[in-house]
Amino acid sequence: MKSETLARSIVILVFVTLLTWLGLAASDRMDILNITASMPERGGWQPGDFTARVGEPLLVHLTSHDVVHGFAIGQMEGFEAEVLPGKVTEVELVFSEPGTYTYYCTRWCGPNHWRMRGTITVIGEGKPEAEVVTQPLYLRLGIDIDAEHPAETIPPGKPSAQEGIGLWGMVPSTYAAEMLLRSSSPAELFIRMRSDSGLERVSDQAIWDLVALAYWNLTSEAALEEGQRLFSENCAACHGVSGQGDGVFSGQLGEDTHQAAIPDFTDPARMLGASPALLQGKIVRGGMGTGMPYWGTIFTDEQTWMLVDYLWSMQFDYPIDEGSKE
Amino acid sequence: MGCGVFAVQAINLRRNPILNFLLVNRWPQLAIRIITLAGFGIVILGGLVGTPVGSQNISIVLLWIAWWGLLILFAVPILGRGWCNICPIPLVGEWLQQGTVLGPVKILRGISLHRPWPKRWRNIWIQNAFFLGLAVFSTVILTNPVVTSLAVLALLLIATGMSLIFQKRAFCRYVCPVSGFIGLYSQAAPVEVRVIDTQICRDHPEKTCLTGDENGYGCPWGLYPAAITKNVNCGVCMECLRSCPYENMAVNIRPFGKGLFNPRERKLDEAFKSFIMLGGALVYSVVMLGPWGELKLAAYLIGSPAWLVFAAALIFSVVVLLPGSLYLGIRFSGQRLTAFQLRREFINQSYALVPLGLAAWIAFSLSFIFTNISYVVSGIGDPFGWGWNLFGIADHAWRPYLSTVTPYLQTVVLLAGLGYTIYTSVKIARETSHDQSSLPLIGLSTALAMGHLWVLIG
Repeated sequence: MKSETLARSIVILVFVTLLTWLGLAASDRMDILNITASMPERGGWQPGDFTARVGEPLLVHLTSHDVVHGFAIGQMEGFEAEVLPGKVTEVELVFSEPGTYTYYCTRWCGPNHWRMRGTITVIGEGKPEAEVVTQPLYLRLGIDIDAEHPAETIPPGKPSAQEGIGLWGMVPSTYAAEMLLRSSSPAELFIRMRSDSGLERVSDQAIWDLVALAYWNLTSEAALEEGQRLFSENCAACHGVSGQGDGVFSGQLGEDTHQAAIPDFTDPARMLGASPALLQGKIVRGGMGTGMPYWGTIFTDEQTWMLVDYLWSMQFDYPIDEGSKE
Repeated sequence: MGCGVFAVQAINLRRNPILNFLLVNRWPQLAIRIITLAGFGIVILGGLVGTPVGSQNISIVLLWIAWWGLLILFAVPILGRGWCNICPIPLVGEWLQQGTVLGPVKILRGISLHRPWPKRWRNIWIQNAFFLGLAVFSTVILTNPVVTSLAVLALLLIATGMSLIFQKRAFCRYVCPVSGFIGLYSQAAPVEVRVIDTQICRDHPEKTCLTGDENGYGCPWGLYPAAITKNVNCGVCMECLRSCPYENMAVNIRPFGKGLFNPRERKLDEAFKSFIMLGGALVYSVVMLGPWGELKLAAYLIGSPAWLVFAAALIFSVVVLLPGSLYLGIRFSGQRLTAFQLRREFINQSYALVPLGLAAWIAFSLSFIFTNISYVVSGIGDPFGWGWNLFGIADHAWRPYLSTVTPYLQTVVLLAGLGYTIYTSVKIARETSHDQSSLPLIGLSTALAMGHLWVLIG
């Protein structure tokens, strides 16, 4: 009977120890925010929203339930974590300002990848994020970004910023004004230059080269590279690496995503009728039922313009030296 | 035993005092069973609370890689029903049924009704059906931790429930889907528990091996040890070693496959089991290892029309097509056979599929066990995918092992299994002097082995 008592004690001890250990281990997880990632069709981020306090570090455990995802917070540059299936990635989040932040997936995890977003509400003392955000240009200009915007005219050949350098001295400085360039489509700028008496002896192609150079002058090699990176990471899945609307998910966007035909950014008839402000608006606000997501909470203002400037590289030849700039 | 192979004298392991102590003493067995019970508890918990990513969840890696690997590559071929000796699934039920943890107590104090198992179901048809039922869901059971967990939990609850109603290990002997195939293949294993001198048993009026005493329970599998002539139903639980006052029970090492040449106790339910198991290994290989994506998808989409076709095809293949082929082959083998003889020849020859079936399961398992074995290390380090790093091994990177030699191993195993099946078939046919009965089985088994080899390495 002593043996039986000992055996029972051992069984109880083993299982009580096991359960206690598991209980303690589970309680250790109480202070950790566990976020799981699944493809949007299977639930996306769980939880889809959470709250943090200004200045208080928040320990987050990220794990994926299916494929590799990426975790990033909109408008917080330089922060990105890889979220691997079944593995835990630990990140510590600290917010210096209250406000509403968007976290999103940075990997092309599936056709609805772009839907994979969540919201972080940061509460506490500090200057709210909202106060420092200025109204986007398209709103200030009152542009209807859903209206058709065909180009009134298109160039006979692909405009080259390099070719425009020799003639730039003839161009009045008003055409270099940033506000004019951001609010005008290339076609509008062409028409305006074409009607300028100082440029009447210049050929149509040469005018277009000047237009290309004007937009090039707004940007830089570094900004274009960053724009290309942003495009590759966030846009190319649908729009295609070359911008022709042939991304890997373009064929998988079914009717349930309400998408319109994905635009071809290399089509001058479509693109040269759009002003940079209009393109900014489409990026910031999204396509409203077309399947194009909104990026306003994710990209900074600067990043949005970098993307817009990069789009012009699909219309204009930009391979010119930094040193050749005005 | 006309063949020289079987003239080898069996070796009784109990002659070694250390082995005898380990086999007879109750503590080593109990200790291992507590460990396996804790392991199965972690499997259940892991599936319910851990990550749904199978390769990172302890329930999948412990059960379907570590346990299955040990079972099919070592325990079944070498120890036969050795796993049943330490299986935790019926353990809780046994404790409740017997009223003791260590036992034994001669007067039953447990809370069971101790009803006898219905005579009608004293066979392995339920096990056959249970295994087939699981097989059609297996792609999900094998990869989804929650489903794995629920399946193990269900087995545990059924086993416990049955112990509370029925006598002894009725679940193990008549219901458990794992026990069914372990029993079948244990006939080929080189370990057996047998009586040394049957005269001693006949002269022993108390028959404590049946009734139990203060040293051991009466056979939990409901057998009379003196009458055991094959391994199928002996759970090698060692109770008869403990309850025999004359130390008349031996644990023998014997030649591989010896148990297949026992003409007295061949049964139709076990014959079908051999088809179910061999066919199951082939279907699993085709679905899980083959290049046919549509088939894989059909097996995963449970409830879909494609899955229904898959399930029907699987059941038809192993229950109708394979047995039917052998039956018709023997029927038209050019021999004059009465209906009774035809049935008997069919059952007899089916047992020859045991070596090939076991080889097929080993070859199939070799494909994924050594490829995925490294997941066991990281799984122990972080069993639930919660970001733990126990023993500092959670980040152990996945790497396949033996990938270059696996195809050779599979070839050797399958060809060895085929060779032994052919040898067994010819030998069994000679028992009844219906030599031509082996021809259909040799043709069928050769075709299946070559087809399997093609799927695995072709």
